Amino acid sequence: MYGKRSRFLTIMLTLGLAFFYIPMILLIIYSFNYSKIVPVWGGWSLRWYEVLFQSEEVWSAVSLSLQIAFINATFATILGALAGLAMVRFGRFRGRTLFGGMLVAPLVMPEVITGLSLLVFFISLNELVGWPAERGFTTITIAHITFSMAFVAVTIQARLTGMGEDLEEAAADLGAKPFKVLTAITLPRLTPALISGWLLAFTLSLDDLVIASFVTGPGANTLPILIFSRIRLGLRPDINALATIIILVISICVLIAAILMFRQQRADLRDQQMAAGENS
Amino acid sequence: MTGAPTVSDTPWLDQDGQKPLVQIKGVTKKYGDVTAVDNVDLDIYQGELFCLLGGSGCGKSTLLRMLAGFESLNGGSITIDGMDMADVPAYERPTNMMFQSYALFPHMSVEKNIAFGLQQDRVPKNDIVDRVHDILTLVELQDFKKRKPQQLSGGQRQRVALARALVKQPKLLLLDEPLAALDKKLRKQTQFELANIQEKVGVTFIVVTHDQEEAMTLSSRMAVMDAGRFQQIGTPTEIYEFPDSRFVADFIGSANFFEGRVTEDSSDHVRVQTDVAEVYIDHGQSVLVGSKIWVALRPEKIQIVKTDEPVSGPNTVNGVVDDIGYLGETSIYKVALPNGQIVDVTAPNQSRPTSETPRITWEEKVAISWEPSSVMLLNA
Amino acid sequence: MSDAAAQTAPAATPETKPLMQRIRRKLQNNWRSIVVMVPFAWLLIFFLAPFFIVAKISLAELAIASPPFTKMIEWADSGIMTIRIVFDNFTYIFEDDLYLNTYLNSLKISTTSTFLCLLFGYPIAYAIVRSGPVAKPVLLFLIILPFWTSFLLRVYAWMGLLADQGTINNLLISLGLIDEPIRMLYTEFAVYVGIVYTYMPFMILPLYANMEKLDGSLNEAAADLGSRPTNTFFKVTLPLTLPGIIAGCLLVFIPATGEYVIPDLLGGGNVNMIGRVLYNEFSRNSDWPVAAAVAIVLLFLLVLPIMVFQYFQGKASEAS
Repeated sequence: MYGKRSRFLTIMLTLGLAFFYIPMILLIIYSFNYSKIVPVWGGWSLRWYEVLFQSEEVWSAVSLSLQIAFINATFATILGALAGLAMVRFGRFRGRTLFGGMLVAPLVMPEVITGLSLLVFFISLNELVGWPAERGFTTITIAHITFSMAFVAVTIQARLTGMGEDLEEAAADLGAKPFKVLTAITLPRLTPALISGWLLAFTLSLDDLVIASFVTGPGANTLPILIFSRIRLGLRPDINALATIIILVISICVLIAAILMFRQQRADLRDQQMAAGENS
Repeated sequence: MTGAPTVSDTPWLDQDGQKPLVQIKGVTKKYGDVTAVDNVDLDIYQGELFCLLGGSGCGKSTLLRMLAGFESLNGGSITIDGMDMADVPAYERPTNMMFQSYALFPHMSVEKNIAFGLQQDRVPKNDIVDRVHDILTLVELQDFKKRKPQQLSGGQRQRVALARALVKQPKLLLLDEPLAALDKKLRKQTQFELANIQEKVGVTFIVVTHDQEEAMTLSSRMAVMDAGRFQQIGTPTEIYEFPDSRFVADFIGSANFFEGRVTEDSSDHVRVQTDVAEVYIDHGQSVLVGSKIWVALRPEKIQIVKTDEPVSGPNTVNGVVDDIGYLGETSIYKVALPNGQIVDVTAPNQSRPTSETPRITWEEKVAISWEPSSVMLLNA
Repeated sequence: MSDAAAQTAPAATPETKPLMQRIRRKLQNNWRSIVVMVPFAWLLIFFLAPFFIVAKISLAELAIASPPFTKMIEWADSGIMTIRIVFDNFTYIFEDDLYLNTYLNSLKISTTSTFLCLLFGYPIAYAIVRSGPVAKPVLLFLIILPFWTSFLLRVYAWMGLLADQGTINNLLISLGLIDEPIRMLYTEFAVYVGIVYTYMPFMILPLYANMEKLDGSLNEAAADLGSRPTNTFFKVTLPLTLPGIIAGCLLVFIPATGEYVIPDLLGGGNVNMIGRVLYNEFSRNSDWPVAAAVAIVLLFLLVLPIMVFQYFQGKASEAS
């Protein structure tokens, strides 16, 4: 676009970034605070990290959340990919409008509504067929899959629409049956979108509080549920420590992903140069 | 084309009762209210290099896609090698297509791209290796077989696309604007290569293009298409020298048009009177005396000379040079006729101008004339 | 497939051959239906059906039972079916000022927050688009990173900042600007800060996506025709970014209306938003029918914006 950023825009950008990051940076700093009362500085200390590592509750919550997130991401990616494919490549089919609506609604639906509706659903289902008698791991996973797959579907749809049908037509022209076109051509090209969909679903699950709270049962505390119950009562330095670890882990992952993407772009550039460097 | 033809030059004439390879009968395609292809008929014979020529939106790509099986028909039928293609999906047709965008699979090497089609036919592995090798040699890309499409130049990708389509030895090869993405110099070179390959391999080609020069160079026969219908079908010579209509005469090359009335019609000549000149055509054509008719003349078929004396007689007109375009090889003279009409005349610059023989210049009085055999009579 | 594989294919008897062929044919022709059916069925069961159950409960009466509401359809011994539908819950909601105020308050807060997100987010998105090729991916990374970080923790971070003994107050007191801590936490102000802070990426990203696709030469053409930058912005840029604005606003407004966590953690008991009320009604009071009715009314409020969002999503995917 023409022209450099005006002063006004640069100021807004700086303020915005400061607004985003200062709270988190402070959070991290205070995790090293010796004092039990968070905002009062008592010197540098790692004691809260010790407390954290020794907490059984925390470890089991982390373990539960990771397991749920993993299973959720995998199933949500499969279902979301199928849904995205159907919406973009299958033309008109019966129920397409309803299907499309069900794929868009979870993106914006307030979580209390989805949480409530899934809970009453599970309870009614239990009345009817005796399952699920106990809520916890399974019900949370099912709930997460339900809304995650909408996010995956949107990602896949965006990628498919951008991809164009040329390659699939070429494959069909060369004799590949529609199913073969799907597996040999469409899915491989979809891989980056599938990966980012998986990561998105994973993060959403890891982060979900409200829906998990509704559909969980006694004893099944996910990490967000644990954190929430502790911070409702006020500031806690061990939560700061936990927050710091989480933020750092996620930042590193996102950084790695960004570097990988950057490397990919460089490789593409090299390919182009190789192609242009020769005369046909 | 150069070289000893391995395929007959005129397959549509040497038939011995042979049926055409492709029969398009009454084919129609509508998108909502828009008719893209309007009830067209066409026969294409084995060994032809047939071009569908037209501007954008004329329906040529749609027709090609219907042959390939990517668009359904709203009416009519397509028969390839005697088989009705009505319920035959794209992946079962004996056709292969070379896409305008080449559509090479980016996650596969050149080798794998070409092998793909053979794998779908369950061809034995050893045969696949041999055939891929042979076709790569034909398009001169053996050294690039391990590369991915992103690592190839435009011209190289085009050859891969061609190789991929040809390796399956289809009965019919469909090419959608095969040279459109290449720059001008490369395009000229590739035109000849393409025609040579077709001769060598003997496959029937159907090429869709908007470039007249391409169509003229490549085709054994061509069809000029406009608004979903065929305006004329014939060899390049037929279409250029004997166009059916003003549209075709103007679409291929350029032409000057005069409206006139037939004054004489006999078995060996026709005379037409126009505003500016009397036109004498030295062959018979069935026209009605007294009827209105259009006379067309190609700019290169008109001679132009300086003159001070006004001339008279059939097939000559006086004029004044209104504008000149110097193109190096040729010059285009825009000559203003007594009735105000401007006629384009092109003349090769065969020799350098000297003081004794200076070039014709602006505002000069000239006389233009033409051979009786050069006149094109058009009904429409 | 090699010849060997073809030869070792199971030898089919005359009876099974047509059947196998029929099954294979059916699979080949109908695999698409299967692709659609699986996610479709899942969503019907786990997304749509639950809403109907909520609707059903909202029409029931509170009962001392487990689950705590009356059945809608009962079969008497004589085989007669009676249907009990009660609208009490809805009338209760509409008559009680508390609920009405809460709905209105939620709408007020979510609309204001949306507006604030737009006000601050638009220049930020614009600034990123205008950045150089090196700065752009870095800036995008910086904007997206908070999005991937835990939502809960980001809200928690603000608790630390806004508390009476929190960082901001400490700073102001130590600078001598104030004597007593300013009440920030557990006020409506804190809720606004929380919502804008956590939802901002949802405004920036659609705006950015939209702006990035705009043709820079349009601005140049306007300038060439004599338009000053401000005028160009309002007459050319702003209208063209409207789809991005709408998408961003809906992505913030709809979920923010039903927010629970932020009003709870940052607003304490002092800020009434419908998400909190629903949760309390459900968990504390165990009044499921009323909770269900509250949810249904909230859903009705949001149905129109949701449909608008779906419409724009559809248009966006067609356009690209």
